[in-house]
Amino acid sequence: MTRTNSRLAILGVLAAATALTVVAASADETTGITDKTIKIGNIMPYSGPASAYSQIAKTDAAYMKMLNDNGGVCGRQIEFISYDDGYSPPKTVEQARKLVESDQVALIFNSLGTGTNTAIQKYMNAKKTPQLFVATGASKFGDPEHFPWTMGWQPDYVSEGKIYARYLLKNMPDAKIAVLYQNDDYGKDYLAGLKAGLGDKASMIVAEQPYETSDPTVDSQMVNLKGSGADVFFNVATPKFAAQAIKKAAELGWKPAQLLNSVSNSVGAVLKPAGFEASKGVISALYLKDSQDPQWKDDEGMKKWNAFMDKYYPDGDKNSSFTVYGYSVSQTLEKVLEGACDDFTHSGIMKSAANMKNVDLDLTPPGIQVNTSATDFYPLQDMQLIKFDGERWQPFGEVVSGADTQ
Amino acid sequence: MSVREESSAITAAGKPVSRFGARNWAGIVVVLVLAALPLFLANFTIFQLTMMLIYAIAILGLNLLTGINGQFSLGHGAFYAIGAYTAAILMEDAGLAYGWTLPAAGIVCFLSGFLFGLPALRLEGIYLALATFGLAVAMPQFLKLSVIEPWTGGVQGIVITKPDAPFGLPLSQDQWLYYFTLVVGLLLYWFAVNLVSSRSGRALMAIRDNPLAARAMGVNNALYKSLAFGVSAAFTGIAGALGAIVVQFVAPDSFTFFLSVALFVGLVVGGVGWLPGALVGGAFVVFVPNVAEHFNKALAGAVYGVILILLIYLMPTGAGGLVRKVADFIGRRMKSRPDR
Amino acid sequence: MEILIQQIVSGVATGAIYACMALAIVMIYQAIHHLNFAQGEMAMFSTFVAWQLLAWGVPYWLAFVLTVALSFAGGIVIERLVFRRLENAPVLSHVVVFIALFAIFNSLAGFIWNFEIKPFPSPFGSGALFGGLMSPHQAGMIVVTLLVLALLYVFFRFTRIGLAMRAAAANPESARLVGIRVGWMTALGWGMASAIGAVAGMMIAPVVFLEPNMMVSILLYGFAGAVLGGLTSPVGAVIGGLAVGIIENLAGTYIPVVGPELKLPVALFVIVAVLVVRPSGLLGRKIVQRV
Repeated sequence: MTRTNSRLAILGVLAAATALTVVAASADETTGITDKTIKIGNIMPYSGPASAYSQIAKTDAAYMKMLNDNGGVCGRQIEFISYDDGYSPPKTVEQARKLVESDQVALIFNSLGTGTNTAIQKYMNAKKTPQLFVATGASKFGDPEHFPWTMGWQPDYVSEGKIYARYLLKNMPDAKIAVLYQNDDYGKDYLAGLKAGLGDKASMIVAEQPYETSDPTVDSQMVNLKGSGADVFFNVATPKFAAQAIKKAAELGWKPAQLLNSVSNSVGAVLKPAGFEASKGVISALYLKDSQDPQWKDDEGMKKWNAFMDKYYPDGDKNSSFTVYGYSVSQTLEKVLEGACDDFTHSGIMKSAANMKNVDLDLTPPGIQVNTSATDFYPLQDMQLIKFDGERWQPFGEVVSGADTQ
Repeated sequence: MSVREESSAITAAGKPVSRFGARNWAGIVVVLVLAALPLFLANFTIFQLTMMLIYAIAILGLNLLTGINGQFSLGHGAFYAIGAYTAAILMEDAGLAYGWTLPAAGIVCFLSGFLFGLPALRLEGIYLALATFGLAVAMPQFLKLSVIEPWTGGVQGIVITKPDAPFGLPLSQDQWLYYFTLVVGLLLYWFAVNLVSSRSGRALMAIRDNPLAARAMGVNNALYKSLAFGVSAAFTGIAGALGAIVVQFVAPDSFTFFLSVALFVGLVVGGVGWLPGALVGGAFVVFVPNVAEHFNKALAGAVYGVILILLIYLMPTGAGGLVRKVADFIGRRMKSRPDR
Repeated sequence: MEILIQQIVSGVATGAIYACMALAIVMIYQAIHHLNFAQGEMAMFSTFVAWQLLAWGVPYWLAFVLTVALSFAGGIVIERLVFRRLENAPVLSHVVVFIALFAIFNSLAGFIWNFEIKPFPSPFGSGALFGGLMSPHQAGMIVVTLLVLALLYVFFRFTRIGLAMRAAAANPESARLVGIRVGWMTALGWGMASAIGAVAGMMIAPVVFLEPNMMVSILLYGFAGAVLGGLTSPVGAVIGGLAVGIIENLAGTYIPVVGPELKLPVALFVIVAVLVVRPSGLLGRKIVQRV
């Protein structure tokens, strides 16, 4: 007992001594930026259950290498630092602090996940360090009023859900809808969007079945959805489960009209494993070109992407939508940095990010453009409805904007 | 699944320490170093060290259960989560000051642990491992249950405001939280050491070493085992509450079964039954994944695994075993010198 | 009522996945009296080896046999290389090494074959049986599981080496005294468990798709099935696996409000409840420990 007391006393003395030390200053406007370089941080799950996404960061890194080989941006070479958080929010906080305080990056770019980004959002804004183009479609990351340093990138899940709702109201007003959704923010955002879009006709939804990522299969959920007698199936699942669901619906002999969320509309990673026959007639929406779609064979942007993949990321999977995603989000960053050459500071970069007008990317299909403003922190909001003909996606109808659904 | 073989040395902690030996000096040096560190380090590193202390507290709790009482748990991440959520909800919904959330988290987790320990009484070894592992896997699903979403924030979790240093102390938030955690940790350590050397502690160890004999000597096995579960969960829950305050965020994703596995690995690396080993375990949990990542990002998991296997080769009974061996060796050398 | 029957049939189909894995778990338990947490990842890795062989143009059944043989050898190598040196380390240290192996295999598979899901072919064809509640593959998987079960049963009950292995695990000291090479029995157990795991992996992959994380949750279900049935009984493991599949489906369908969200916890709760009543599982033998 006395021993511990003496230890505590020593501790108190030391604590008092600390009182005299100076508290470190917070990051200033040009942290991470010199005349020759800019440091960009990134946090990605290289390990753990979500490690499939790490291809995005590898593509990002390859893109930065390409930029550097072409002379960098605004005459500056990019130093890209990417850390692993294993998809665990406490680790994300640690890595974000390491990037901002120890590596002193200028911004954190394209960090992945909703919980993980939520965990660092407050910190990044307090540090006035941009948290640009977070890799999640959660609608909460476009809130310039409260979080002026955080910006999303892809169309948010709620808006996409509304797009499908409007499609159904127009084309199948008497539909009975069954929903399979992942039991997390991603699945629930889509479901909320669908419900909001249907408005007072939300009773069209006759069955909702959640699944957990730890479920080995979604067979049981599919049996229940079929049993509900629905004639529309809204598939809000990540690639593995989306493919399982499409396959299972076919095996069950259930032939509803199928809506597939854009997260899982990769031909190579979802429809092929599910079976092309079973996937026929599936409707989805896209905002980036599908690399496996033959209609883009001679497309200029797709050729550039192919050349990039061959030279800078030869190990990367060209079938994967992640490499397309990584390329496109990195290109958006390139354009933002170029727009900030005159005012190459944290707030200058943020201003440039919030001032994109009708920007075309190599891999956005015609009619879909990046647009932001001081009050609009959702860069991509337009989507093109598509239908799978058994071989490839066929676009139909106009480009739909998620902006006017908000 | 018995932990008997490695626990013999621990009983020594129960003996009264007659003189101010090397062990005490070592303890004081460690505490001094820990207290001095924030004076020389950047805020980010202080944050990492705080996390290390927090995991050490959680592992200390696990050690009381496994090392002292011989019960096995792969699910302590669940109690860490309960503690974290208790703190977060009390702070954000009830407006309670952060300091008071620690005892609250401790009480809530003590009760949860005690109640979980009751059915677990019938389970031993592998069966207990499975039951606790199941608890760890199920915990994130409970946390995001839509019925309790108004309190837990569902999958979005709860964002917490980070406390400033009180009384106008010119400490940064990180330094303050570090010292706060350190003091809590020392108090808990002191409590743990006293518990182990108390009558109850001897009963707990007797149950571990030989349940039948313990019962024959009049120890109420059921009560003590449940109590051990409760106390252990309370320690881990307090660590969880500290973790929530320091990380400023709780969400189901933060408390997957990987957390439980990490705590368990920390326990074994630190040394089962050797209480100071918790600090080594905490350091392992925080720093080794970073080291592994530094070697090769794509193969971080493999590097982590290899480091772990090498460590177990080097010290099959954890850091505790190594320290004991070294101490024995030095002790023998000292004794053989004629002038002693 | 129709839904009830459908959920039960579908539960049996999913349960077959768990049963398959549970058999591998029982095998390793017979050999080392412990659960191997890396077992799922080893099975996943074996399945990737099979996938690679198939991608190189090896015919299915040849690839199947090769994979099982390679996995058998791999299991023995792991035992000789890693665990032999840790013979005298405490059991908890072994568990940590299992966790290390888990990380190594998971990370290696992702590094070599990436994390994209891959379709894995089934030897039993595609299509639908029983109105789609079960695919021909799932039916085939049940047959394979029963076949492995029968082989295991015969092996442990009637062959010398099977009995020797049981003796070595149950009482190493005495087994050594009667001339059984305990070390090699353990290695053999690792090999066999790893081979059965490979079979399980190749049966499971066509249903859930092949990717490095495919076994993480299935292993838990497999544990649950094996423990429910009794870790010492292969028959119990299969029954346990099927039961877990059915319980889970029924919980998800019929428990109001929280059921669909808590399928897994409910199933685990049922298992713990069973264990409280029957601590050694439905068909397990009680192992009496001498004091």
